[in-house]
Amino acid sequence: MTCERFASGNSILHRSDPRVKILLAAGFAVVTAVIETRTGQVLALLGGMILILSGGLLNRELFRRMAWVNFFLLMLWFILPVTTPGNAAAKIWSLDISREGLELALSVTLKCNAIVLANIALLSTSTIFAIAHALAHLNVPSRLVQLFFFSWRYFHVIYSEFRRLRRAAGVRGFEPATDMHTYMTYAHMIGMLFIRSLERGERVYKAMLCRGFDGTFWLLTHFHLHRRDFFLAFVSSAYILAIAGVEWL
Amino acid sequence: MDAVICMALIELQNIYFQYPNCQKVLEGVNFSLDDGEKIGLLGGNGAGKTTLFHLILGLLVPDQGRVSIFGGYCGTETDFRKIRPRIGLLFQDPDDQLFCPSVIEDVAFGPLNMGMAHADARRRAVNTLESLGIRHLMDRVPYHLSGGEKRLVSVAAVLSMRPEVLLLDEPTTGLDQNMTDRLIGVLHEYPAKAWIVISHDQRLIDGLTEKNYLLDCGRVVSTS
Repeated sequence: MTCERFASGNSILHRSDPRVKILLAAGFAVVTAVIETRTGQVLALLGGMILILSGGLLNRELFRRMAWVNFFLLMLWFILPVTTPGNAAAKIWSLDISREGLELALSVTLKCNAIVLANIALLSTSTIFAIAHALAHLNVPSRLVQLFFFSWRYFHVIYSEFRRLRRAAGVRGFEPATDMHTYMTYAHMIGMLFIRSLERGERVYKAMLCRGFDGTFWLLTHFHLHRRDFFLAFVSSAYILAIAGVEWL
Repeated sequence: MDAVICMALIELQNIYFQYPNCQKVLEGVNFSLDDGEKIGLLGGNGAGKTTLFHLILGLLVPDQGRVSIFGGYCGTETDFRKIRPRIGLLFQDPDDQLFCPSVIEDVAFGPLNMGMAHADARRRAVNTLESLGIRHLMDRVPYHLSGGEKRLVSVAAVLSMRPEVLLLDEPTTGLDQNMTDRLIGVLHEYPAKAWIVISHDQRLIDGLTEKNYLLDCGRVVSTS
């Protein structure tokens, strides 16, 4: 499962209080989303990279994730320059490539990479359970927290059920091709997946009820703010303010 | 009858149950579990054994009939919430029971829900794991354990709530003989007032129960 691949580690980000990290991630994302100057955007990207480095997360998995993000951003580079009105920077066939479009694509790319990097560094370094618990501590409505936690839980279940089904089809000689048999088989698999996941979800819920679950999530290791949390909060907030400062000075 | 009241721990009276659009599963089940009874519940596939367990804990609602637990009538979810910590249900599939990111958290989940302080819940979880000889699994991720280990952890998750009655639904599915013997040993050491075991495993039935009932054609009949 790819969800918690960054959650184990011993860096300052791994050991910091998830409540602090959630607040920082939210603050960083909001400020980065609204800044318009190029300097601010580059600073934001740099901030994201610094966070990644301080979490010791520079690895293959990170590149894989960033490749997906940038694959989608690449489409903007094809669309925005030809659809944004403005001064023509170049001409390809009869299409005007506008300077404003290129600028816009660059802005989106910088901001997006900055926010995704910061979120990976701040949020993926905690387990989903800890994040859910921290959200509850931050007074996020309990229903939303549970929705979030169970989505993750069911996602995991659905994924493993799907792997089982695919394996079961594989051992009976199923090889996907572009034909009616393949479409039918996939349709059956997806249908079966829904039913199995639903039933599994119900059983999990019943098991939780049997153990006295009443809507409250408990975590054994409770959160306490340490000196490192204040340090992280102080340094990161100062950086976020600096980015905002560049914008308004 | 004398004035002596022998209170049944679990009593089902005239229970009828049917899943939507399916055949009737239970048709007038009368059953009681008394203090000290170690019962085996036998029956073919789809006879309604698991359904019976779920009805006892209020996870399913009977179409008709009366469920009394520890001498009190249970009709609403609120009634059942009170008795669930006192009756430990071990699910057929350990994957249904384990959902926390670590074994220790899963085992402490029940005690925490019962309102225990964190330190106490943790201590109890550790003790329970130790009594099952699986303390070393404490920090492992439940989904990555082997089938036998998962089973022992799910047993620990149930026993850590210190239930008085155990309902064991096919506890040895997928376990080898060695593991089965270990499980029988663990259960004998646990001070349960009574238990009901569903199993097709003769070795387990012989090792754990003194009296067997058969669930057949929607009714419970005694076999011994």
